[in-house]
Amino acid sequence: MSKPNDFFATLAGIIVVGLVIGGLAATLQRIGNPANMGVCVACFTRDIAGALGLHRAGIVQYLRPEIPAFCLGSFLAALVFREFRPRTGSAPVIRFILGMFAMIGALIFLGCPWRAMLRLAGGDWNAILGIAGLIVGISIGVGFLRGGFNLGRSYPSRTVAGLVLPAVMFVLLILAVLYPQFGEDGRAALFRSAKGPGAASATVVASTLAGLVIGFLAQRTRFCTVGGIRDAILMRDFHLLSGVAAFLVAAFVMNVVYGQFHPGFTRGVSDAGEIINQPAAHTTHWLNFGGMILAGLSFTLAGGCPGRQVFLSGEGDGDAGLFVLGMLTGAAVAHNFMMVATQSTAPYILAIGLVLVMIIGFMGRERLAPAR
Amino acid sequence: MAENVDARGLSCPQPVILTRAALEKLGSGEVSVKVDTMTQVHNCTRAAKKLGWQARYEEQGDVFTLTFEK
Repeated sequence: MSKPNDFFATLAGIIVVGLVIGGLAATLQRIGNPANMGVCVACFTRDIAGALGLHRAGIVQYLRPEIPAFCLGSFLAALVFREFRPRTGSAPVIRFILGMFAMIGALIFLGCPWRAMLRLAGGDWNAILGIAGLIVGISIGVGFLRGGFNLGRSYPSRTVAGLVLPAVMFVLLILAVLYPQFGEDGRAALFRSAKGPGAASATVVASTLAGLVIGFLAQRTRFCTVGGIRDAILMRDFHLLSGVAAFLVAAFVMNVVYGQFHPGFTRGVSDAGEIINQPAAHTTHWLNFGGMILAGLSFTLAGGCPGRQVFLSGEGDGDAGLFVLGMLTGAAVAHNFMMVATQSTAPYILAIGLVLVMIIGFMGRERLAPAR
Repeated sequence: MAENVDARGLSCPQPVILTRAALEKLGSGEVSVKVDTMTQVHNCTRAAKKLGWQARYEEQGDVFTLTFEK
């Protein structure tokens, strides 16, 4: 007989880790990552989709080392603490679709829940609309959970099933380090933005190290932005939310220290009389709000925020791995079909996505089968 | 009175929802919950302690069996 007594499982543990992740995020911005985008699981996965040529939006193509490092940091923690458990079988295709729509919703707002916090910490008040939408989306998801929604059980699987995603991420990390160029004309095997957010980055070493540390710590504490809000609404449990609050506070304080805090819905007006938006942001409030409703609902039905899905994939959860691949696909679809931010088809896909994910929510309210 | 919950293989927050439902239904006594990750051991333990239950767990292979008493 024993009982859980792990520091990382305590309230102090999650707060310390939230502070570390928030501080690292602001620091990554300071040393080169895009403004208010120190770590953004949606944006960075989208950038990776671009680097791989899955979409052709030239300003957001870069094989970000942070995402594979997140997965591998979690993988290492899971191995060290004997928590690597290959498992799969909990409605994988639905999780793939939820991953796609979570990404599409997040890209209408221009950021995952992590970046919503970082945007707020940088003074981008449009994030308030995004976070409000996130809370509404999670609340709708909680309604489904209360009504019995679940995606069924996963079951222990072959070791190789749990190793696939970490292995893919390892290859991506190698590619990020080498950034191979081949072909007679020096054509890049990977795409790389020459301007825009995709051209802004910390060094590969810094991004990789930060990603590994965050992945390791997040695996230990189960840091989850969506879970934080969900648990607070569902059962007045503020454990995970305390970590999210610490993340926000640390990012805000470090932004002030670094001179990265610029409050407002916009950054003012240029000499030519044009409104300067906050970095990688728009001011169409209903789309900021609506996009994050779709994202929040999709993440809640899938059991966690995009970061958490990456960390789970690192500890052998093949279903979370499929959610991550769904996000990668969703990012490609979103950019290829002009669904991002205020682009022409964003309102339509938002409406379609909300309807489809609600249908998944209603149809998933089935009784659990007894465990095999 | 005793109550058994099998929460193996379920995503967050299902194991906690099922555990809480069982604890609240029983009020006092002993509740046994099976989960398959340490994450859920921690989550269910935290939820049970908030409701005033004592918690312990045993690990057998791939399965953790939590026992809650009040």
